[in-house]
Amino acid sequence: MTRITVKVDGSSFTDEVEPRTLLVHYLREQLGKTGTVVGCDTGNCGSCTVHLDGRSIKSCSLLAVQADGHEVTTIEGLGSNGQLHPMQQAFHENHALQCGYCTPGMIMQSIDLLADNPDPSEDDVRLGIEGNLCRCTGYQNIVKAVRAAAAAGGAQ
Amino acid sequence: MTTTEDRPATEIGNPRRRKEDARLITGRTRWTDNIVLPGMQHIAMVRSPFAHARITSIDTEAARASTGVVAVITGADIADEQGALPNAWAVVSDQQAPVHPSMAVDHVAFAGEIVAMVVARTAAEANDAAELVDVDYEELAPALELRAAARDEVIAHPDLGTNVSAVWAYDSAESGTGGDVEAAIAAARDGGIVIEREFRQQRLIPAFMEPRAIVVDPTTEQMTVWSSTQVPHFVKIFIALVLGIPEHKIRVIAPDVGGGFGGKLQFTPEEVLTVIAARRTGKPCKYCETRSESFMAAHHGRDQWQQVTLAANADGTVTGLKVELTADMGAYLGLVTSAIPLLGAFMYNGIYKFPSYHLGITNVFTNKTWTDAYRGAGRPEATYAIERVMDELAVRVGVDPLEIRERNWIKHEEFPFSTVSGLQYDSGNYEAATAKARDLFRYDDLRKEQAERRESGDPVQLGIGISTYTEMCGLAPSRWLGSMGYVGGGWEHAAVRMLPTGKVEVVTGTSPHGQGHETAWSQLVADRLGVAFEDVEVLHGDTQVAVRGLDTYGSRSLAVGGMAVLAAADKVIEKAKPIAAQLLEANADDLEFSAGRYGVRGTDAGLTLAELAFAVFQGHKLDGSAEGCLDADATLDPDDFSFPHGTHLCAVEVDTETGLSTIRSYVSVDDVGVVVNPLIVEGQVHGGLAQGIAQALYEEAVHDDSGTLISGSFDQYLLPGAPDLPRFETARTETPATTNQLGVKGVGEAGTIASTPAVVNAIVDALRPLGVTDVTMPCTPYRVWKAIQEGEQS
Repeated sequence: MTRITVKVDGSSFTDEVEPRTLLVHYLREQLGKTGTVVGCDTGNCGSCTVHLDGRSIKSCSLLAVQADGHEVTTIEGLGSNGQLHPMQQAFHENHALQCGYCTPGMIMQSIDLLADNPDPSEDDVRLGIEGNLCRCTGYQNIVKAVRAAAAAGGAQ
Repeated sequence: MTTTEDRPATEIGNPRRRKEDARLITGRTRWTDNIVLPGMQHIAMVRSPFAHARITSIDTEAARASTGVVAVITGADIADEQGALPNAWAVVSDQQAPVHPSMAVDHVAFAGEIVAMVVARTAAEANDAAELVDVDYEELAPALELRAAARDEVIAHPDLGTNVSAVWAYDSAESGTGGDVEAAIAAARDGGIVIEREFRQQRLIPAFMEPRAIVVDPTTEQMTVWSSTQVPHFVKIFIALVLGIPEHKIRVIAPDVGGGFGGKLQFTPEEVLTVIAARRTGKPCKYCETRSESFMAAHHGRDQWQQVTLAANADGTVTGLKVELTADMGAYLGLVTSAIPLLGAFMYNGIYKFPSYHLGITNVFTNKTWTDAYRGAGRPEATYAIERVMDELAVRVGVDPLEIRERNWIKHEEFPFSTVSGLQYDSGNYEAATAKARDLFRYDDLRKEQAERRESGDPVQLGIGISTYTEMCGLAPSRWLGSMGYVGGGWEHAAVRMLPTGKVEVVTGTSPHGQGHETAWSQLVADRLGVAFEDVEVLHGDTQVAVRGLDTYGSRSLAVGGMAVLAAADKVIEKAKPIAAQLLEANADDLEFSAGRYGVRGTDAGLTLAELAFAVFQGHKLDGSAEGCLDADATLDPDDFSFPHGTHLCAVEVDTETGLSTIRSYVSVDDVGVVVNPLIVEGQVHGGLAQGIAQALYEEAVHDDSGTLISGSFDQYLLPGAPDLPRFETARTETPATTNQLGVKGVGEAGTIASTPAVVNAIVDALRPLGVTDVTMPCTPYRVWKAIQEGEQS
């Protein structure tokens, strides 16, 4: 077991983990951050996307020990004072989710996309979320939501 | 007077943002894998790597000794306990099927079949120990290729002696719904047109985003089963029937469910085995499949060969259609595996007035993952076949493919129309949908551009694909299901409960997994009862709450379940009437219900439903002449299906040098009748289009010569990402259904049914001058390039 200290959604945690533990399993099983989900075992689907020090990563592709000393933000850490993050609001307004399983990862990836490109074209958005799979929406309303969030200043 | 100004005039047609979103966008979700119970144990499955083999021995000693392991269970251990998994639809009385064990005992029939399970303290310990289970197999030759399997060249289940499960036929002459198709074909061979084609419906994988998961708590008075399923009510009754647990001792909950698309319309080996593990150990058990397991072991879809013969007069008027269908069941029959071809059987005639029709179906076993429902279930296959050959007919006659369709379709003034396959279409307006699609698509401009590109020999050719469709959905009238050999019914149940504070609880027997029933049913009830949308809570998916129900599939939820909700709401209004009359000291005949309130005609006197609910709660002033309760249940069994329809147009650019096909524009005009929530309907269409396009261009479950699924992950199975799909232009026409009180039709499968042939027709259209007359799906760049080479050689 290895001792790690990770700041997650604003709170600091120190835990013993097996070296092989994936970050997503640490988040879900030890911290109860079940808002972040697992959709595949090959790093393709992006359902488990979180932010590590402000940039999106697939938390199935990082070991928990690699997050030692870093800061993680999950879908549960978005928004403040009871207000939704503009990206969450945009997903709601634009019906950008159906079953909602890919949604946390999709939202985290979309926020990262706007950090790189605050005013993306439709093609920019489609390429920017290429690593996140959705089976319900055909992506059209997700693209619309991301661009709406951009217009609403969602990059901030 | 009660004010209604803060509510929209009607909720029907209001694009309400979904109630479901609040928890889904913030991560406050209730996926089955989120559930943690005291003392909960974890299960790992050991699966056969071979498609066909005998199990000669299983050594579990090392696994049992591994740290954290509570139990290792093999098929031999539970042979007398596990029962057999059910098939609920015998399509013929002499249907052949192997016994379907949840865990193989001595014979495995597909790669991925479960041969043992490990129960351990943690998931990691269970997985570690599963690696230590040592299974010896004697490999057998697998039956893999469908048409060879149909000839019994290699037998998938040696004990069965044949691969043929069922042979079923529909013939319009025999059924009295039309003429003799053989006579029509013979006549067409003499001066008319006969088109013969063979189409491959490749095997697809539903690939819902949430892998299947099950948690079983055996310590509760009713054993509680959480499952990521579309059909909690089915799971409850089948646990009772298969494992002999009394039905009233079982509670099944489908919490948040991450997609299904038919893939979670199943009663699974994993559900049975998790129950067995929990029962044997006396502790809560959880099983969560990996994506790799989901790919190989959750049921697949499609996988058919279709031989199609179309007969027509020289002017393109179709005189007959004959289809011979061979369908791959895979290794076993699941719940409705056997009936998937049957659900397409009545749809090959599409929107057309064909005078004669014959369909033959042969259901065949192979040593591959079992197939079953996948979005559209039989109807996409049927629509593909007819829409592909209608394009070929247009070429033979030398007219525009829209023109050939119009010559053959049912005119809007001809409804209701009895079809050659024996269904009655209640309504439709194919002219209106097609005109709208043509306009939005700028059809004539694109045809002009196509001609120019052909003229200039542009290496990137433009193709225009057309698809019209209708589908029988809203499964289904119980009487029809019974007449076709299905063991269950097709009714739906709902309850509406008026709470003392004026809030409303709605219980539905449907089980949504992305469809937004909480929102749409709230709209239905708010509209009918005159209460605020926000004041309605929709409850579902827990058999302790939604006691009766038949769940969600077959585009049935609104047309059947939603109408049951309305029926229950209407009963609430009826039950409130004598109470209002008594409290208002008025004659019931003088009361009228409007905007949530019973008023006495010609006066200001009245009581809202909320006031009546509180009066009933107190009971102080009731005289006992009427039941002191406003709550109502309703069960609704539809008289018939609903028949949505539409016209889809697709423009594809095909690079003739690389074979790459790129969708440039896609227009869908769907007629799903009256729409409750246009936002949800549009979303359903988008998702359906994506899955249909994926069949045309990207997805295929591929097995190697040993029967191993080599497209076994998202690395190899091309589920489209955002850059792989175009922007869709969707629109609607509205021809109300006459088979339910609101005029609604199903929408969940429409996009998937229509889009596949639209895309392939466009690719073939682009390449026709190069001698290409067909491309096998999925139309990968290699397949398209090869078709071009072969076309040029011919």
